[in-house]
Amino acid sequence: MVRFFNALGTPLLSFFQYLGEVVLLAADTFRCIFTHKLRWKLFLNQIVEIGLLSQLVVVITGAFTGAVFSAQTFFQFNKIGMGSATGAVVSVSICRELGPVLTALMVAGRVGAAMSAEIGTMKVTEQIDALRALAVYPTDYLVVPRALAMMISMPLLVAECIAVGIAAGYFIAIFLLEINGTYYMANMVRWTRNRDIIMGLSKAFCFGILIVFISCQKGLSAREGAVGVGRATTEAVVNSSLAVLICNFFLTMLLNIIYPAGYQ
Amino acid sequence: MIEAPPSSKPSTELHLVSGNSSPMIAVRSLAKKIGQQEILRGVDLEVATGETLAIIGRSGGGKSVLLKNLVGLMAPDAGEIWIDGQNIIGMNERQLGTIRKKVGILFQGGALFDSMTVEENIAFPLREAGERDPEVLHAKVKEMLEVMEMEGEEEKMPESLSGGMKKRVGLARSIVRRPSCVLYDEPTSGLDPVVADSINRLIRRLQHRFGMTSVVVTHDMKSAFDVADRIAYLHEGRIYFHGIASELQESTDPLIQDFLLGRSEGRGD
Repeated sequence: MVRFFNALGTPLLSFFQYLGEVVLLAADTFRCIFTHKLRWKLFLNQIVEIGLLSQLVVVITGAFTGAVFSAQTFFQFNKIGMGSATGAVVSVSICRELGPVLTALMVAGRVGAAMSAEIGTMKVTEQIDALRALAVYPTDYLVVPRALAMMISMPLLVAECIAVGIAAGYFIAIFLLEINGTYYMANMVRWTRNRDIIMGLSKAFCFGILIVFISCQKGLSAREGAVGVGRATTEAVVNSSLAVLICNFFLTMLLNIIYPAGYQ
Repeated sequence: MIEAPPSSKPSTELHLVSGNSSPMIAVRSLAKKIGQQEILRGVDLEVATGETLAIIGRSGGGKSVLLKNLVGLMAPDAGEIWIDGQNIIGMNERQLGTIRKKVGILFQGGALFDSMTVEENIAFPLREAGERDPEVLHAKVKEMLEVMEMEGEEEKMPESLSGGMKKRVGLARSIVRRPSCVLYDEPTSGLDPVVADSINRLIRRLQHRFGMTSVVVTHDMKSAFDVADRIAYLHEGRIYFHGIASELQESTDPLIQDFLLGRSEGRGD
């Protein structure tokens, strides 16, 4: 038993140390946001990188998720004569869960990996040391623009994913599955509330924060060489994705208290 | 060399017993461990204002670690580092920023920002210092490129530069704000003898033109003899020899002889 706890000790300590490093980076970043002048050029570059260049990925993800979810829901609900409820199920699910989670996973893969690889390469080629030697604070220069851009871009990307997902679901339901459009829309509007959208966007903001700090921390702690950068990039994507999925459960439980689901 | 201060806390006053009244850099009992390996085991060193000191030693001997400690990029485990009369031990990044404006550093690979052109790299420290006028920035970059004998290369990206050019641009970036001291980390490593000689000439030119204090870390003996006023030999984490070039060459110490002659199985081991 003692041996078991001893074996558990080192990985647990490493895990808590890693969590601490991510939290300290986040704290340092928020301190810099309020104490340093914003570097607008870098911030706008990151808005383009995170927000604009992720459009295609997010639109495709939203469209096909909405389409397949609409079809599957119809196949099940039609058996019990509730085909016209498909719109409500698709809309609420995409707003509350599928939109934010799938967008976050795609952004973690596309943007998180790029952040970690770029910062990691800067670390191993002494560019971060060069920044410090030139009296530039790396958190302020590298992390703050990315964090702010992510906080703004993620809710917008999720809003886009939700809109495209619902639209794709509608088109599949009406033109392919031949559900009555009036009933579909009426049920969707009746069961989808503002709080569902707010919940999705709140989750998007939180997931954006998780992805940016996990990815930047991995880049900043990259070890020497190409192997080190590769490992940091892989870990950034895996850890961000896991963090999104795990936090999604707790956020759902918490936000459901503030924004309860269902027609009230 | 340097008298110990009475307290174990980071002291605020430099006590000297050497003849040098105002060293630009003074290092006392500097120790640094990386993992379980002791890299520096009590380094004592002084560099006078306007002087060029070459720190020589074998690869992996802690020369670059010493250099990074001097500018606060690494924190030592023990000892003191005085830059221009200020003890940098215990300083935070903001306080170190003030020191780093006085000390430029040339990294081994140049450490150019690969997303920026040559011009943007050189202008970077000036922009960070608040200079926004494009004409002023362009004029200063042009002047630096003239000093580096690299006129017309402003628009090139770092990946299209040779090793020697990268070092020149890195050097231009580190001196564009006219620091009072420049630290060179292996300025001639990986370069052919002709390009290495041009870098050495450049270092000497900067000494004469701007009167900068220089610390050159190298294992290239030709470079050390070419540029240095004094040479320090770092061996097993301590300064083993400290003197002018002719004293080093005339030394009969087997360890120094092995290093100078490049003997791998010499009498000194």
